[in-house]
Amino acid sequence: MPPDVSTDVLNQDDRSRFEAIVMPHLDAAYNLARWLLGGRSEAEDVTQDAMLRAYRFFSTFHSGDPRAWLLQIVRNCCYTWLHKNRNWVDVDELDDASVPREKDTPETLAISVNDRERLTRALEQLSPHFREILVLRELEGCSYKEIAVITSRPMGTIMSALARARQQLRVLLTEPAPKEARLEL
Amino acid sequence: MSCELAQTRLHAYLDGELDAAGSADFNQHLRTCTVCAAALGEQETLRGVLQHTRLYSRAPAGLKLRIAENLPGPRAAKSAALFSWRWLAVAAALLLAAFLGWRQSTTNNQRNYAEAAMVAAVDAHLRSMQPGHLVDVQSTDQHTVKPWFAGKLDFAPPVHDFASNDFPLVGGRLDVIEGRTVAALVYGRRKHFINVFVEKATLDASWNGSGEAQGYHWTAWSKAGFKFCAVSDVSAADLEQLKQLFVQE
Repeated sequence: MPPDVSTDVLNQDDRSRFEAIVMPHLDAAYNLARWLLGGRSEAEDVTQDAMLRAYRFFSTFHSGDPRAWLLQIVRNCCYTWLHKNRNWVDVDELDDASVPREKDTPETLAISVNDRERLTRALEQLSPHFREILVLRELEGCSYKEIAVITSRPMGTIMSALARARQQLRVLLTEPAPKEARLEL
Repeated sequence: MSCELAQTRLHAYLDGELDAAGSADFNQHLRTCTVCAAALGEQETLRGVLQHTRLYSRAPAGLKLRIAENLPGPRAAKSAALFSWRWLAVAAALLLAAFLGWRQSTTNNQRNYAEAAMVAAVDAHLRSMQPGHLVDVQSTDQHTVKPWFAGKLDFAPPVHDFASNDFPLVGGRLDVIEGRTVAALVYGRRKHFINVFVEKATLDASWNGSGEAQGYHWTAWSKAGFKFCAVSDVSAADLEQLKQLFVQE
């Protein structure tokens, strides 16, 4: 931590500013933590920890996108937690820049809106890096630029990372066509 | 464009991250390549399922209070026992319970009224999506759109461009919701459009909340004497972000 960073206690104005600028993104913070950690109470604890951390470092936030700034902190706290409590080892499978080819993918997609349980199960089967990029894009509506900031990745790798995350999810949600149907063909 | 290249770009196209020339090239390719067209269709289905199934977890109400209570600083001084956050939280919870009870018993009519207005707003959004109905004044410049409303309404709606936050202003038009003439501001969000309906606030109805009707999200809020209602097929989170931009403006 740089020595000139004032920590812990912000003055009244900064506190109000923090509450006006950062606190509105609490839902985004919690949603990301919930999807990365799974459990409700873990997500609450880590979100609270991340918020306090953001508060302590608020003097280093000058301008830019407060949501991306906060989510970056939340993400780091989540991975630290996973590492400590789940012995999670970060193997960055998103480094590979290749995009899966459509013809390699199986059968048709078999999922409908509101099949929440199955969709949740499939998302939870993905590795955290794949899951987070889908959550940020599809649930949080982040642009590639915002995702690059939050996940500390080069902007140019976001597209291929999303492509592979979607590919994996699609495979998990795809049911092979029944045998009889194939025989008829 | 080769098929291989197109399949790489498919995701950027889907996410509205291609520039105009790139989109045009891709569109051209789609017309001739059934493999890519089918792949795009599948990805659009997958996106629709992800965005329209309730997967977003909002922070529990208690978490916000707990965080506020634990922030070190002037308003959370532990020694000021009488006004500590803990007591404030209790008081707030009691007030909220009292208020909710009161509202429950007295404002069912108002809520029905507000919900009917939201359904009407979604209908207005659907009408605006018909070809040629989106905007009467097309401009990304708030200083063109705002004066356009002068003389057409008995109020001057607040008009802002949020292009730097990826909500570019597309234009404005007049619309009629439940017999009242309102200002409609149109914003772009990737390949989608958002209608923000603005009218003068009245004191009788609660105008706050969000929900879904006919597969579209709506978010309503009020500020500085105006009632706002944003409607779109973008995610609820996107609408919330746009609302925050309006509120902070």
